[in-house]
Amino acid sequence: MASIEMRHIVKQYGDGYPAVNDVSLDIADGEFMILVGPSGCGKSTLLRMIVGLEDITSGDMIIGGKRVNDLAPRDRNLSMVFQNYALYPHMTVYENIAFPLRLAKMPDDEVRRRVTEASDVLELKEHLERKPANLSGGQRQRVAMGRAIVRQAEAFLFDEPLSNLDAKLRGQMRTEISRLQRRLGITTVYVTHDQTEAMTLGDRVCVLRKGKIQQVASPRELYEQPVNLFVAGFIGSPPMNFLPASLEGDRLQTPFGPIVLDERRAAAVRGRDLLLVGIRPEYFEDASLVDDAKRPLGSVFRARVDVTEWLGDSQYAYIPYEAPDAIRTQLRDLSRELDSEELRTQAIVSIDATSRIREGREADFWLDSRKVHVFDPQTGENLTRDAEAGARLTQMATEDRVEQVQEAQTHGSTVGGGASRAGAA
Amino acid sequence: MSTRERTWWWVGGFLIVVYALFPIAWIVSLSFKDASDIANQSFLPTSPTVDNYTTILTGSASGLFLPALRNSFGICLIATFISCVLAMFAAYAIARLDFPGKRLILSTALAVAIFPVISIVTPLFNLWRQIGLYDTWPGLIIPYLSLTLPISIWTMSAFFREIPWEMEQAAQVDGATTWQAFRKVIVPLAAPGVFTTAIIAFFIAWNDFAYGISLTSTEASRPVPAALGLFSGASQFEDPTGAIAAAAVLVTIPVVVLVLLFQRRIVAGLTNGAVKG
Repeated sequence: MASIEMRHIVKQYGDGYPAVNDVSLDIADGEFMILVGPSGCGKSTLLRMIVGLEDITSGDMIIGGKRVNDLAPRDRNLSMVFQNYALYPHMTVYENIAFPLRLAKMPDDEVRRRVTEASDVLELKEHLERKPANLSGGQRQRVAMGRAIVRQAEAFLFDEPLSNLDAKLRGQMRTEISRLQRRLGITTVYVTHDQTEAMTLGDRVCVLRKGKIQQVASPRELYEQPVNLFVAGFIGSPPMNFLPASLEGDRLQTPFGPIVLDERRAAAVRGRDLLLVGIRPEYFEDASLVDDAKRPLGSVFRARVDVTEWLGDSQYAYIPYEAPDAIRTQLRDLSRELDSEELRTQAIVSIDATSRIREGREADFWLDSRKVHVFDPQTGENLTRDAEAGARLTQMATEDRVEQVQEAQTHGSTVGGGASRAGAA
Repeated sequence: MSTRERTWWWVGGFLIVVYALFPIAWIVSLSFKDASDIANQSFLPTSPTVDNYTTILTGSASGLFLPALRNSFGICLIATFISCVLAMFAAYAIARLDFPGKRLILSTALAVAIFPVISIVTPLFNLWRQIGLYDTWPGLIIPYLSLTLPISIWTMSAFFREIPWEMEQAAQVDGATTWQAFRKVIVPLAAPGVFTTAIIAFFIAWNDFAYGISLTSTEASRPVPAALGLFSGASQFEDPTGAIAAAAVLVTIPVVVLVLLFQRRIVAGLTNGAVKG
């Protein structure tokens, strides 16, 4: 087990394109760090630099206090799960898991003990003598995990390990990975483009854009105090709505009526005229269903609903709005960068599943103005970010982690037998 | 596929098989014919005899045939082995590494493969006599390498390219050196490719006539195809047709056995289950 420190890491390809550009990141011992971003943001490249499959152009990679820039992958003692699992098809499951131990010239009975332990943890016992070709996708995934945990590695690295599984299995494996990581208490770096995985698995999440770190924070901080337009738009599903706004005193004039800002936020945005307001879908509600106590904390506006989507437990309404051309192009660029395509300027609004609002009609909506963020349309910077509140959220997540690790390890060593020994001894 | 269509495939397949096997059947038939029976104007021998086989195995032609058989086996196996090992490394480098001159190596290999053998036989004959390689095993193994290496490199690099690169990277992360990753992961996966290549290389060397007849003079290194050409009849008025046919049948057997033996190893899709799915 070890911490991983990156100091000004740069990866430049032959054509001079920097895939990873000046990344500095500290991953604490036992922490679960997620690298996330749209395709081409350099997250996989960064992971492959940690494990040593990719050369580092400049900067320092420090694992467990030792600079490893020039070490071969096998000398870094990390284990990795590949996106396509990369199992050895000519070996049985047993030999696949035992492979790292065989390379380390471990005696046979020790190999047997460890492989048995790992296969118990992953419930692979009855498949040990089979070849990977005869396993299902989920089983192969578990074999790949077994190969990673069987060794006393300094850290686990995952490169989009669940992207080849179907949705149901993905959910199961996600919780499995989370449980395993807590039990083994091992430093983990996990690359994904799936934000559900990012939000649920990570102690902290590192959002990358074009090879640069945008924000490193707990999932809660990313969600509630995003540092800029990119992070705000990337985290959350359905994504945050961005509305054009102009400032009049302490009020923001938006297509959905005026929004009153509190003292702190008003001060932060003073002196600008054109702004972007970021409002998450769940900050809206059907005005007729809002408590009278809550109502004064927001504003009510009337708008025509274009489409509604009823999902049983929740309901989304799509409300089109007009935006100046400059804003419109910028929003389109942003959504393209986030791997989606925004064809029209519309707000996605989450309303109660019982709401009787129907598409094609006008309706009253309530907007919770306490949590809106205001962005500078030019730089994308979040003007109203409360850094202190954000830091508090991340601090809380860190404390939770320590507690969970302790809990899982005492629990694991009584119930799961030597499971924690398999990886962490 | 409709029934009608299937019938046509069967008919077509049957015709091709007959067309391909007829000369072989003819040779087999000839090998059982007596010298006076060769011109009997019928496909089957009038009275089948094994005289031709005894002639080449124990009789007058055995002094020519048996050493040649030993030479052919030895030379071809050695040439195949060397060319497979060399081609394996070359193909691995070509498939995996990015180095200047990669295309040059591939195109040179191709150029060597299509170069007409007959045009270098004479200079080689002179050179070999000068440096003492004439009529020796190495004297044939070296030119055979020039025939087998290009095709081996091309086939094997195609096989290596099929193996996902992650396999090696996984092995390296698991603690393998480059050499261990190659030996324990890549080579087993490439085994079907190596066997296929070995068989092709063996055939090429086994079937060579031009080098065999020109670069040898005694049973010290003369291979079978060259020896066949030197058979003589019982008298000068008799052609050694029967003996040649018998020898041809005998030298075809190892080739057939080889294919049947390794057919099982040439299983496509050994990498099944390596990645996702």
